[in-house]
Amino acid sequence: MKDLRYIDGVSSLSLDRSVCIGCKMCSQVCPQAVFSYHAGKASIEDGDGCMECGACGVNCPVGALSVNPGVG
Amino acid sequence: MVCTRRSWSDLAGTVLVRLGFNRHRYLVAPGLYAIGAPDRSAPVLVTANYKLSFDTLRFALPGRHIWLLVLDTCGINVWCAAGKGTFSTQELVFRVEASGLAKLVDHRRLIVPQLGATGISALQVKEQSGFSIQFGPLRASDIAAWFDNGKREIEGMRDVTFSLKERAELIPVEFYLALKSMWWLFPLLFIISGIGPDLEITARLMSRGMWMIVALLAGTGAGIILVPLLLPWLPGRAFALKGAIAGLLCGLFLIFMTETGLRLPELLALLGIVVVMSSYLGMNFTGSTPYTSPTGVEWEMKRAIPAQFSLLVGALMLWVGTPLVLT
Repeated sequence: MKDLRYIDGVSSLSLDRSVCIGCKMCSQVCPQAVFSYHAGKASIEDGDGCMECGACGVNCPVGALSVNPGVG
Repeated sequence: MVCTRRSWSDLAGTVLVRLGFNRHRYLVAPGLYAIGAPDRSAPVLVTANYKLSFDTLRFALPGRHIWLLVLDTCGINVWCAAGKGTFSTQELVFRVEASGLAKLVDHRRLIVPQLGATGISALQVKEQSGFSIQFGPLRASDIAAWFDNGKREIEGMRDVTFSLKERAELIPVEFYLALKSMWWLFPLLFIISGIGPDLEITARLMSRGMWMIVALLAGTGAGIILVPLLLPWLPGRAFALKGAIAGLLCGLFLIFMTETGLRLPELLALLGIVVVMSSYLGMNFTGSTPYTSPTGVEWEMKRAIPAQFSLLVGALMLWVGTPLVLT
């Protein structure tokens, strides 16, 4: 979220770019606009905006994303 | 067949649920519903069986012909149910099968709300049911525009918001939940305020006891009303800090704008109570926002709870001690 920000530097989100196939599914499901695309692959543009909902990890078809989602 | 116009009873139900009444039993039966007169090529939208979710979606689709597949989420909204595992791959696959959807439509496509993605793996649903998933917009209010745009999102449709209006809508239910869990503080601290060196208990209850109730109400108001409303403007990132600052403002206002007749240590104790209450309830509000990460909440709680506890103990010692020590 651009206007409201939470604690920086704590998100458990990580992306393995060597595995990413650039399908853009993560940016389809991310509610916080965390991802952007460079050279045909996803990259974490705004990691501190991540709320760890887990949607990207659940829907990444190649398992390039990992995040430790809470219950909520 | 489902009506797409809001009736008076829908409106009354919405107001009651927002106030906290009947919140866990406000549901519709899971299964397949028809909006308009959907045919074998009509799109299929998936939603939760919380009546507010179901209502929001159907009222956003007047004049359209659409299948609604309602999953059993025990009356919980899509996002929360997806996080807790009831709006899930398994439930969707089961509901597709149980509703006989494959016999009613020729295509094999489902439109799932974007926030459902936390619980639903598009890949696994495809493998297990043969239906492919497209994630629709985040808000039901965008769904008509999304259809009209050829099922493609328009700028902003994928991003969650937390506007003043969205924050204000949460206040009644936050109030209800806080009172439900913390009401006992009011009589307890009221009675404690009567403790003193002599038998003038009634007099102390009438002055100290009443001001303690006022302080508790001020702390509750600061944490539950001011924190959500002033969220972007309260300094700091941690909600416990935002709550403490809102409480400090309220407490100082209370002390300086009213003639309490209390002594300085008692005033400090009351200020401490307002700050603790507001800080704690502010921190509690992290569970209702759409942008706080669980790791961040853990980080914040580890630091805030010891501070809140110390302040509470200090304030209570000061409060109870003053009439015993100062005469």
